[in-house]
Amino acid sequence: MLRPPLIAISILSACVLAYEVVLTRLFSIILWHHFAYMIISAAMLGYGAGGTALTLLKEKFSRHYRTAYVLAATALALLMPVSFILAQKTPFSPLELLWDPRQPVWLLAVYLLMMLPFFFGGLSIGLAFTLFGRQASRIYAFDIFGAGVGSLGIIGILFFLSPSRVLIVLAALALLAAAIAVMELRMRPRWLAAAFLGLAAAGMTATPDLPVNRSPYKDLSQALEILGSRVMEERSGPLGQMTVVENTHVPLRDAPGMSLNATREPPPQLGVFVDGNGPSALTHFDGMLGPLDYLGQLTSALPYQILHQPRVLVLGAGAGSDVLQALYHGSSAIDAVELDGNFIDLVGGRFRDFAGNLYGLPNVKVYQAEARGFVSTSRMHYDLIQVALLDSFGTASAGLYGLSESYLYTVEALQTYLNRLAPGGILAFTRWLTLPPRDILKLFATAVFALERSGAADPSMRVAMIRGWKTVTLLVKNDDFSHLEIAAIREFSRTRSFDLAYYPGMPPEEANRYNQLPQPYLFEGALALLGQQRQDFMDRYKFYIEPATDDRPHFFRFFKWDTARELFSLREQGGMPLFDWSYPLLAATLLQACAASVLLILLPLALSRCRRTLPSASVASYFLAIGLAFMFMEIAFIQKFVLFLSHPLYAVSVVLCSFLVFSAAGSRLAGSRQAPNKVTWAITAMAILTLSYLIFLPGLFQSLIHLPDAVKIFISILLIAPLASCMGVPFPSGMTCLASAHPESIPWAWAINGFASVVGAVLATLLAIHLGFAAVIVLAVVIYAGACAVGRGFLTVH
Amino acid sequence: MKPLFFWNVFLLFFWWSPLLQGSDFDAERQKMLKEVQIDATETASYIGSSAFSPAVMAAMGKVERHRFVPADLVDQAYLNRPLPIGHGQTISQPYIVALMTDLMKVGAGDNVLEIGTGSGYQAAILAELAGSVYSIEIIEALGKEAENRLQLLGYRNVKTRVGDGYYGWPEAAPFDAIMVTAAASHVPPPLIQQLKPGGRIVIPLGTQFLTQFLMLVEKKQDGSVTTRQLLPVRFVPLTGGH
Repeated sequence: MLRPPLIAISILSACVLAYEVVLTRLFSIILWHHFAYMIISAAMLGYGAGGTALTLLKEKFSRHYRTAYVLAATALALLMPVSFILAQKTPFSPLELLWDPRQPVWLLAVYLLMMLPFFFGGLSIGLAFTLFGRQASRIYAFDIFGAGVGSLGIIGILFFLSPSRVLIVLAALALLAAAIAVMELRMRPRWLAAAFLGLAAAGMTATPDLPVNRSPYKDLSQALEILGSRVMEERSGPLGQMTVVENTHVPLRDAPGMSLNATREPPPQLGVFVDGNGPSALTHFDGMLGPLDYLGQLTSALPYQILHQPRVLVLGAGAGSDVLQALYHGSSAIDAVELDGNFIDLVGGRFRDFAGNLYGLPNVKVYQAEARGFVSTSRMHYDLIQVALLDSFGTASAGLYGLSESYLYTVEALQTYLNRLAPGGILAFTRWLTLPPRDILKLFATAVFALERSGAADPSMRVAMIRGWKTVTLLVKNDDFSHLEIAAIREFSRTRSFDLAYYPGMPPEEANRYNQLPQPYLFEGALALLGQQRQDFMDRYKFYIEPATDDRPHFFRFFKWDTARELFSLREQGGMPLFDWSYPLLAATLLQACAASVLLILLPLALSRCRRTLPSASVASYFLAIGLAFMFMEIAFIQKFVLFLSHPLYAVSVVLCSFLVFSAAGSRLAGSRQAPNKVTWAITAMAILTLSYLIFLPGLFQSLIHLPDAVKIFISILLIAPLASCMGVPFPSGMTCLASAHPESIPWAWAINGFASVVGAVLATLLAIHLGFAAVIVLAVVIYAGACAVGRGFLTVH
Repeated sequence: MKPLFFWNVFLLFFWWSPLLQGSDFDAERQKMLKEVQIDATETASYIGSSAFSPAVMAAMGKVERHRFVPADLVDQAYLNRPLPIGHGQTISQPYIVALMTDLMKVGAGDNVLEIGTGSGYQAAILAELAGSVYSIEIIEALGKEAENRLQLLGYRNVKTRVGDGYYGWPEAAPFDAIMVTAAASHVPPPLIQQLKPGGRIVIPLGTQFLTQFLMLVEKKQDGSVTTRQLLPVRFVPLTGGH
């Protein structure tokens, strides 16, 4: 009896998942990370469309299934690099999307090109399900196990190879899968396997790295256009590609929002770019503090006016600007936290002399960790916690799977930071000034909420804010500001021509003096957010400034539909830059995914002879529901564990891998049992587990967060294992039942499930923005319960 | 000199060929002016003036924008939108150009500095209003192209050079007005020093294609400096507010 090519299935599945991650990395480098959702959607759509093609051409495929399988694997191998090369050839420029009517067409072209490899991936796996339907549980187990290994393996590979090189490795792996498939399917001639192996080896050794063409509008591209610039160092890792640029002719002079009263320029600096964004300044330091005068002329220097020789914690140390600032102001001890080890390595290694051994100074300690996680687990207390311009730092910076959530600016995060302050300590945030203000007012509201929750009697006495022409600094104190401190704030601002935006007891006439805004937006906003009319103000404000929480950690969401309409109507009168594109892009991705799924998955099936094999409403609903619910569960739980495991990269890979591997185990286990109600049992167990996790996990995580990483990873795996095992049961069980009773409906089920996964991935994020991740999990349980109810008919026939 | 000669002949052919449809461009430019005028009227009260000055609008009507855009975009030259000019740079949206120029309050005989020549379009507009314009570009290729283009178009009162704009143009200082279109994390102190008392610096802040807001730096007679941040759109952040 012929067996399904299980090992090849596993390898191909690993390749496809790894390809998805690598594409996300590559798009972060050539464009911006916002395209992660597009890649997820293209992946799922490709899978679904592969299933449709399978249905339409089922007879042909059945006659030549061996050849079809190996050809699909080969096409996947070739298209992974080729699609990427072709996508780069299109003149797609996201910044021109709003101006140029041709750009949406190019975007669609890129989307379809990205979809192609996934199409062949989906085709090969769907082929196995169609031809070996009765062994669905085994196939599913190998498929999903491969995906799990792929999700973990790719992170490891990215530490050693550049993303463009990884594409070649993945292509070679797919060819290896083709070779193994030749053996597993007992194809003739046997030398075909050797030929594929030879091709894989040749590809690995002889193919040069693929060209990666950054958008000319990225910061790095622009820096390299400048006369005299040169790349000094380039490093690649899963957190990003780092490039160090020197320009002796037109040096980098980074002093964000420096006072207009300043007379000295910054010392020589190198620009450090991550994924072509930035730069962070690596400043020359020779031990003399004089050249660092400019660091006292930034709004972020305000807390040093109040604190004397403070113990400082810098969150997001990067190339060291904030550490230098702390040093310049005579801090007694400086702890610096940086997520990306490459930064630490550069400042302490290759550029150690240039940076004056900054990270090796006796009063400076550098930790490689995620900022929120470090503060949660630390037992130290600080006089100052400095969170300075962290936009490219933190959980969101990984860009993996489009996790644009940030746990650095939530109400709970601020409470955590406040807890780590010594008596009289200050928490300081510096952000870019946006006009009209968005993030700084949201942060101010977050601080007020955090102070209230921490039991502050009068939060208005514990906040202060100043504004320069380009940056804003917010101070949050764990005690009331004294008169002396307020006098220091006023003096600091006056001598640098910075504006006072808020301090306890500030009279209105002190606002908006030096850097005049059309209205004193920040002062008015601060008063409103501290007053009784807070909710009314947030409702009336045209940007979404309600504080982010750990359950809804979308700090950078400012979008409101009414405002979008108004700004769109003003697009040619200067309104375009105020438009917040992230949310509509997500909504558009959902619509596009729905439309493309109907067009590429369901319509071809409905128009073909296959309409005679239309599945019953219960079968269709069942596969739709379990596709949606699986994605809801997976995406929401990834978020819950990101907070516990701190490190976004480990969290996403460990959680995703555990989910997939244990789903595979559950599937395998279910396949070997003949229990009549296994789906019902699995879903009931899953519902009980999920709901108890929702209740108990926050407390459990809080009490265990101090444990070492390895222990936390082990605990996470233990927690995920039973849940994921249950989630692995419904799909293969449904497939096995169909194989017995309605084999003709299998391709339909595959396609509908693919469609649900496409929509589910995006819908989960959209729902979480509005309802929170806990609600998404509850919704998933409800949908699973619904699936159980509608599927009862055909599941029991078997 | 030979390469320069051929280069100029090439440029002549390249940029003057659209003259064949000169009247079409005139009509398009008038249409663009009307759009800018409407935008200006709608936005004027938000930026603190009643309308753009007639001199600025006249300059906008005179300078041929199609000579400053790449050949393949000539048909879009008079659309009220920014256009790419290569090297990751753009020629600004005409409405924003008019707004920035208006904010500079350039008078006849004024001495003006521009940091970031780009295509040379903004320098040409300023040259229509000022006595002399000095413009610095840090991207060599763009700077040379703009220099040739401005020479060919007969702007004798514009001087350009390729180099670091951080230290301004001390030999030509002081300036009545300065425009900084190149991205900067801070306003270079030398530029403030080279600004005459009573002078103005205009800085657009944002990314290529999208100007977030404009900053106007004003130097008082006593040498102190204040800034104004202006949103180039009629928009208030609170519903029901104005």
